[in-house]
Amino acid sequence: MAFTPPTESYTGKVCALTIGLGDKAITFGGENVLPFHAFEGSIPNKPVIAFEIQDIPPDDWPEQVRKPYKDVANDPISWAKYCQDTLKAKAIALRLIGTHPDGENRSPEDAAKTVKDVLSAINIPLIILGSNHAEKDASVLISAAEAAKDKNCVIGKAQEANYKTIVAAAMAHNHKLIAMSELDINLSKQLNILIIQMGLERERIIIDPMCSALGYGLEYTYSVMERIRLAALTQNDTTMQPPMLGDVGMYVWKVKETQASETDIPNWGSVEERGITWEAVTATALLLAGADLLIMRHPKAVVAVEKVIEELV
Amino acid sequence: MALTGVEIFKLLPKTNCKKCGFPTCLAFAMKLAQRQASIDLCPDVSEEAKQKLGEASAPPVRPITFGVGDKSIKMGEETVLFRHDKRFVNPCAFALEIKDTLSEKDIRDRIEQVLNSEMERVGQKLRVDAVALMNDSHDTSRFEILAKTIFQNAPDIPVIICSENPSSAETAVKLFADRKPILYGANLENAEAFANIAKTYKTILGVKGNNLDELSSLTEKVKSLGVQDIVIDSGARKAKDILRDNTFIRRAAIKKNFKPLGYPIITFAQREYSLVEALIGTIGIAKYSSIIVFSSIEKWKNLALFTLRQNIYTDPQVPMQVEQKIYKIGEPTTTSPLLITTNFSLTYFIVSGEIENSKVPSYLAVIDSEGLSVLTAWAAGKFTAAKIAQFIKDTEVEKIINHRELIIPGYVAILSGAIEDKLEGWKVIVGPREANGLPAFLRSKL
Repeated sequence: MAFTPPTESYTGKVCALTIGLGDKAITFGGENVLPFHAFEGSIPNKPVIAFEIQDIPPDDWPEQVRKPYKDVANDPISWAKYCQDTLKAKAIALRLIGTHPDGENRSPEDAAKTVKDVLSAINIPLIILGSNHAEKDASVLISAAEAAKDKNCVIGKAQEANYKTIVAAAMAHNHKLIAMSELDINLSKQLNILIIQMGLERERIIIDPMCSALGYGLEYTYSVMERIRLAALTQNDTTMQPPMLGDVGMYVWKVKETQASETDIPNWGSVEERGITWEAVTATALLLAGADLLIMRHPKAVVAVEKVIEELV
Repeated sequence: MALTGVEIFKLLPKTNCKKCGFPTCLAFAMKLAQRQASIDLCPDVSEEAKQKLGEASAPPVRPITFGVGDKSIKMGEETVLFRHDKRFVNPCAFALEIKDTLSEKDIRDRIEQVLNSEMERVGQKLRVDAVALMNDSHDTSRFEILAKTIFQNAPDIPVIICSENPSSAETAVKLFADRKPILYGANLENAEAFANIAKTYKTILGVKGNNLDELSSLTEKVKSLGVQDIVIDSGARKAKDILRDNTFIRRAAIKKNFKPLGYPIITFAQREYSLVEALIGTIGIAKYSSIIVFSSIEKWKNLALFTLRQNIYTDPQVPMQVEQKIYKIGEPTTTSPLLITTNFSLTYFIVSGEIENSKVPSYLAVIDSEGLSVLTAWAAGKFTAAKIAQFIKDTEVEKIINHRELIIPGYVAILSGAIEDKLEGWKVIVGPREANGLPAFLRSKL
């Protein structure tokens, strides 16, 4: 019996989205096939990995992932430059965690200054993230979006509770927007519809279906991503066609497996390699499910995942 | 493609004799189409019809058991391309390669690593399942020494005997004849000789093509020589090619019922860098490999890949649950806070993660809600005042803490009065609605 390759064609296409300016701008999305299925369609752009930094020293990051940044992480400007110049980052994700009301409770003005400082130090695209406090993020991201006016950044995350102000800020200052919902394809679709109804084009949205770490609900994120991508491609559902984000580092580097020492749990092996592997495996699984943009922390995990992306395209 | 009820009906005697137990041949045909009855129930059906039906009703990916006894591995039987459609059935097996060019000490070391690879995670025992013997020396006597060492030191571990040389292969296979090993290495040149060895020693045959077309004709060929149990390798080694070929194989088997590729897939993931190897393994786990061969099995790598395999092969229809009990987070003392939530694994992971973030050592009582999250469990009557009160009494938590305060999720604030009525001497405190409010909440109580 002769073998005929069972290729499939799709009616829909993922939106291509460009962030940053000039020759350092990057584009992701744009594919009209399932992840890495170049054998049956077109994949014009590779997935992109952004290095995560934050506005205050990363005291809450575990030792293993603080170590690579120990000389630079006291200051977001030197941290950003280190990622761009030494680690050859293609993009940076600045998390304004210091604005969280339970933490340092920094003001929106402080956040705006940090954004300005970081932007003046780098020429690669910047993703600006709040502290994931819905109420505070609304005010912080308005100031941050204004500080980054016309730099074609990504701001987020807009959620059901705060999307109106954040969408307005993205529209007013020409940014892209991350729309986050909690592990449910219907909630994700609903939020996108609300955002599009406000007047932000769907070509400016990035879907964050909410990340989870390997062993801590990864299968939920994985399947929600697969379903969103299938809806975009096979049902040509235009509201599900924005590219997807995997905010990997933040979720991975708080689970026990990335922190417990080998002395405590000998059967788990080296904590350094375990943590890096945890982040890289989580990231690779989400790429296979459809993520186009990843936010990661450990430089060695990024190197390994980029190597595999090269092999997959 | 599976036959429809009407197509099956045409093959039946159409006598409506009822001997099968169904009122009409058509009713029986419908049951056959749904795979709820067996053709053997019909005493009058022709042999030809039986054969046609047998072929059509065979599962799209052939079920095969690799190895024997407690450590045997089930493969195949898959029915879908995406795990949200239906559970992936048989988790892929991990094998460690052992080359016959190694010293005897190194061989023994590697066997030890496999024997000691077991770990427990969320109640499941996970381990490296098999070893792959590699005839890198191309020498028959060295391969025999390797096979003997493994046979003596790890007799019950399923083995994959990898060689393209029939005499090397047969020498090793002989030892494992009653252990249902995989003989891997049948190709265009040696297919006949390998099919004969596989038949003689009742092994599973691993067939390698240089592409899917060649692989399809090879499996047809060895099948015509009488080998039924086959695992297949398209020759893909690069990530991109593994993903493409595995996708084509699974699609051809399931959507086209293309029998020549309806077998479990073996993937060789060996790489110079262990971390990159882990990521190639990630592709195999997510995308349809039934066996993945690795060149190293460090504990950190095993833990990550075992966990991924568990995640991908979880039944998406059944919520993952954690055990009902009082969990310690940090090192709680008799005065530490006591919180309660439900046993949906995601709920547990998020709540315990946020308690950890708070750095406030605590007790977390997790009640069996049949895997439902807090609000759903409350709505379904699985997270009620009576159940919570009973659980607190049953666990005898009163013996490990000296206060009587129970923190409940903000979404079920409505339960606080009823719980206090049923738990004498206790005070119920309403916590935040979302888990991310826990760090601030717990710290404010210090």
